[in-house]
Amino acid sequence: MRFLKGKKPKSSPRIMRTKDKNLNKADKKGPKAGSNRRDRRGKRISILYLLPSVAGVLLFFVLPFMIVIYYSVIDNPISGQFVFFDNFIMVFHNAAFQQAARNTMMFSAVAVPLAVILSLLLAMMLESKIPFKSQFRTFFLSPMMVPIASVVLIWQVLFHYNGMMNEVLEWFGKGKIDWLNSGYAQVVIVVLFLWKNLGYNMILFMSALSSIPKDILEVAVLESASPFQIFWHIKLRYMSSTLLFVTIMSLINSFKVFREIYLLKGDYPYDTMYMLQHFMNNTFGKLDYQKMSAAAIMMAIVMVIIIGILFLTENYFGKDVEG
Amino acid sequence: MMLKRTRAAFDGVSEERWNKQIKRKKKIKHTRQIVRLSFATLFAACFAVLFLMPIVLTVTNSFMSASEISANYGQVFATSDTGGKVYISERVNLKFIPDMVSFSQYITVLFKSPEYLLKFWNSVILVVPIVIFQLLVAAGASFGFTRYRGRIKEIIFFVYIILMLMPYQVTLVPNYLVSEWLHILDTNWAIWLPGIFSPFAVYLLTKYMRRIPISVMEAAQIDGAGEWHIFSRICMPLCKGAMCSIAILIFIDYWNMVEQPLILLADSEKHPLSVFLSKINAGEIGLAFAVATIYMVPPILVFLYGEDYLVEGITYQGGIKG
Repeated sequence: MRFLKGKKPKSSPRIMRTKDKNLNKADKKGPKAGSNRRDRRGKRISILYLLPSVAGVLLFFVLPFMIVIYYSVIDNPISGQFVFFDNFIMVFHNAAFQQAARNTMMFSAVAVPLAVILSLLLAMMLESKIPFKSQFRTFFLSPMMVPIASVVLIWQVLFHYNGMMNEVLEWFGKGKIDWLNSGYAQVVIVVLFLWKNLGYNMILFMSALSSIPKDILEVAVLESASPFQIFWHIKLRYMSSTLLFVTIMSLINSFKVFREIYLLKGDYPYDTMYMLQHFMNNTFGKLDYQKMSAAAIMMAIVMVIIIGILFLTENYFGKDVEG
Repeated sequence: MMLKRTRAAFDGVSEERWNKQIKRKKKIKHTRQIVRLSFATLFAACFAVLFLMPIVLTVTNSFMSASEISANYGQVFATSDTGGKVYISERVNLKFIPDMVSFSQYITVLFKSPEYLLKFWNSVILVVPIVIFQLLVAAGASFGFTRYRGRIKEIIFFVYIILMLMPYQVTLVPNYLVSEWLHILDTNWAIWLPGIFSPFAVYLLTKYMRRIPISVMEAAQIDGAGEWHIFSRICMPLCKGAMCSIAILIFIDYWNMVEQPLILLADSEKHPLSVFLSKINAGEIGLAFAVATIYMVPPILVFLYGEDYLVEGITYQGGIKG
């Protein structure tokens, strides 16, 4: 504290002086010369504000990620022998990893489009002057708030072999299904995923829908465009950036579905529910750094590629609207 | 009026009849719209019921007595044989309303078995510092990103976005390595520190702060305000709403955490309730609903209090390029 105080009088007169200079110079040359120095000082201070966060991110995310890259190409941490892509190949040929990757991809490929389309439908429904709009919004958003751990019990009761879903099925004269221990497990987790994430996506779409300029829609109606044309050529175009964002967020959230599965079934669930996170967790248990690092890097690369592709498509379709 | 009359004359219909036709058409359109709206409402209502059902069921079931729960749901959770002492029905009866409302579960949880409260307290202890300090760090960082934007800062910001978009599976490995290196594995610090420096809040707050007109800050600068004054007197008050919404988003996210404690905290004594709830054994299944309900209370209170903030926060998240 004291050294700050000691420093201040030194620096503050200088500011005063530059300010005075500014005032004097303003008549002749404009304020450029003085503000340059002040800018530089401000820049330095603004870096100071940035510092804690950047240091933390470097220490906890960026640097360790470098170490992860290093681990992924060496034999083991003690000998440190460079083995190139051996770890990647080993992980890639691992049966558990293949299973996990396949399940995760299958799940994301089904759940993400469903989440985007259904939430868009919900949003359009709520934007069409429906009564009790804000109440509905609250209802649809509430699953996002509720901790998964709290409702997992109810899911278990619902999807148990003698549970309510099967009773409903029996009403319709269908046989019982062992939801959590059969191929239908994927259906269950898609339902859980949608339940949790639709509200969030819906809010994003609602705000995008309400920000479409009204005059364009009116012109379209006057020129007798069909509702489908309005939706396809105008609304979708204007929402392209939101569409991109919702897709990316759904994708990321689809990786988080591990929570539901873990809370439902523990470390080793039914085969079709074995996700990448299970693989990671179980590898953590064995402390196999090379495997873990290689798997993490492979995931990171895949993520970057997917997000890059999404960005590029959005750029292609939405660029004429943006300006 | 003029137009109408000429049109009516042109079609060879009298003005009266023309007006009537228009009225009828309007009426048809109106009824059609009402029908469509009521359909939409009905559909939305069905969806709403489906969405709310699990939550409502959890709450109502928490008021059942232990014997009623084990009778209804014993089958689901029975991992070991109870020896035929307790009645368990063949079917799993999902009930909306308990036969007899009793608070016995809550009394047991709150006064007789301290372990649940301990785990609840673990959750609080893990989440609250993350929310507070992540916001503090983010406030400074987003101010840094907003003032004097340059190429280097943009690149750093881009790295933040990439990090934010990475799933846990990727970031947990680095986190684990650092925690091990710093010898904070199995302590709360292993969860606090990565949480505090998570780029999520920085990203959101920066996006918000960049919307503040730059002239406001320049005006303050010309009036002689230093960077600290601009930060504390101008940016922070303007970002109050955004801070609230970000706090809510962080809170929900970490209140729900499962992955981090599973990997970073080997000692299950330190696990938050979100992980512990899944490990409740069959004998205490009666308590599970009450504990689940108690665990739901804080986020629901936050939600009811700050729904508008939450919606605003989600809205700001959208439009990643902005």
